[in-house]
Amino acid sequence: MLKEIFSHLMTNYYETAAVIIFGIGFTTLLLNKNLIKKIIGFNLMDNAIYLFLASKGYIESRKAPIVVNGVRDMEAYINPIPAGLVLTGIVVSVSVTAIMLALTVKLYRRYHTLDIDEIAIISKKGGI
Amino acid sequence: MSKLKENYKDSFSQKFSDFMTGDLEVPDEVHPRKKQAKNNKVIQADEFFSEFTDADDIKRRELYQAFRNRKFMEWINRAYNIISVVVAITIICVLLFTVSFLPAFGDKDNPANNEVSERYIEDGLDETGAVNIVAGMILDYRAFDTFGESNVLFIACCCVLILLRNDDDEPLPDEDVVDFRRDIILEKAAKFLVPVILVFGIYVVLNGHLSPGGGFSGGAIMGAALILFACAYGFERMERIFSYKTFRRITFGALLFYGLAKSYSFFTGANHIESIIPLGTPGAILSSGLILYLNICVGLVVACTMYGFYTLFKRGRI
Repeated sequence: MLKEIFSHLMTNYYETAAVIIFGIGFTTLLLNKNLIKKIIGFNLMDNAIYLFLASKGYIESRKAPIVVNGVRDMEAYINPIPAGLVLTGIVVSVSVTAIMLALTVKLYRRYHTLDIDEIAIISKKGGI
Repeated sequence: MSKLKENYKDSFSQKFSDFMTGDLEVPDEVHPRKKQAKNNKVIQADEFFSEFTDADDIKRRELYQAFRNRKFMEWINRAYNIISVVVAITIICVLLFTVSFLPAFGDKDNPANNEVSERYIEDGLDETGAVNIVAGMILDYRAFDTFGESNVLFIACCCVLILLRNDDDEPLPDEDVVDFRRDIILEKAAKFLVPVILVFGIYVVLNGHLSPGGGFSGGAIMGAALILFACAYGFERMERIFSYKTFRRITFGALLFYGLAKSYSFFTGANHIESIIPLGTPGAILSSGLILYLNICVGLVVACTMYGFYTLFKRGRI
């Protein structure tokens, strides 16, 4: 049973790597109290998802979906849909990261610290 | 747990509720609200926090560290770390177990390779005129989605502008960043690199329907060129070619053109009217209907947004 699972994981090595990176990002999110490090963990999780999606679209021994020499057979190209989905994801993650960093800058200017627990305590005490 | 206990302050429940509410004994002089009450005047929120001095900061941090270093808190922290690692490992294991049941990597019979991708590949060239099937997909079949993406970028830039805006010419409160304006090596390198990067970005945008690339990647490259220029020559010289007015006009114009162009093609498509936009010969630079112009629009929006993010974070203005 375990051996079987392991051999499957080795076949799906891209997905395995994506899942492990996702886990690392999630752990970063949980363990660090620094807001910037939390954002880095969030971005790691994003990138793991892109790796997963891109690997789902790959087909062995086929080429990128750009028509060359008029070959228009489905057998010649990989799946183009995950590429479009990853593009959407990247744009949204850039926007979200920018807003998170802007909020972090704002918090730092107010509380002079990046530690999220400290900010929580001060904001409760200070009333703002 | 009765509250009548004499050593209630040291009891577990009190410590736990302290931990949950984040309660911390703060002396009056560092306590912002009490400090405010002592001065007995109405102050704005910005002034309120700028009243923190460095000494206050240090004192507050010491208090906070003392709070964290108490034995009980240490124990809670350790437990939290262990639990979070255990949770993360459990999630990884569950996901790995799921991955082991997924269809094999790179297999052509995977369920994801269904009739949708077949349709895109076999009829995409005829219907959109784009040699790059991904460009044809995202800017023709799924153009509404891409319009949403451009708007997301624009709105994100607006949000950052609202958050970090600094219209006065005062320096920012924490302006201790190095100013590279006088760096001669950077200036000489930028003189050579900026045109090359800019032309490469324009090439990637204009060839979006023919080769890998498109509005988003090309726009990011052009944004990088603008950022490099601003880094090397400073914002005064940058403002001569790219001011806030330019930013507003370019972004608004590009989004408006995108919206109008796609409204036209959606209108004609939904009512079965023949669109007057020619598809051209596949492979030529002026082909594939609207895709080239939409790529240019997206590229302009992305370049402006990337530069806008940089300059907003650097000095609070575009």
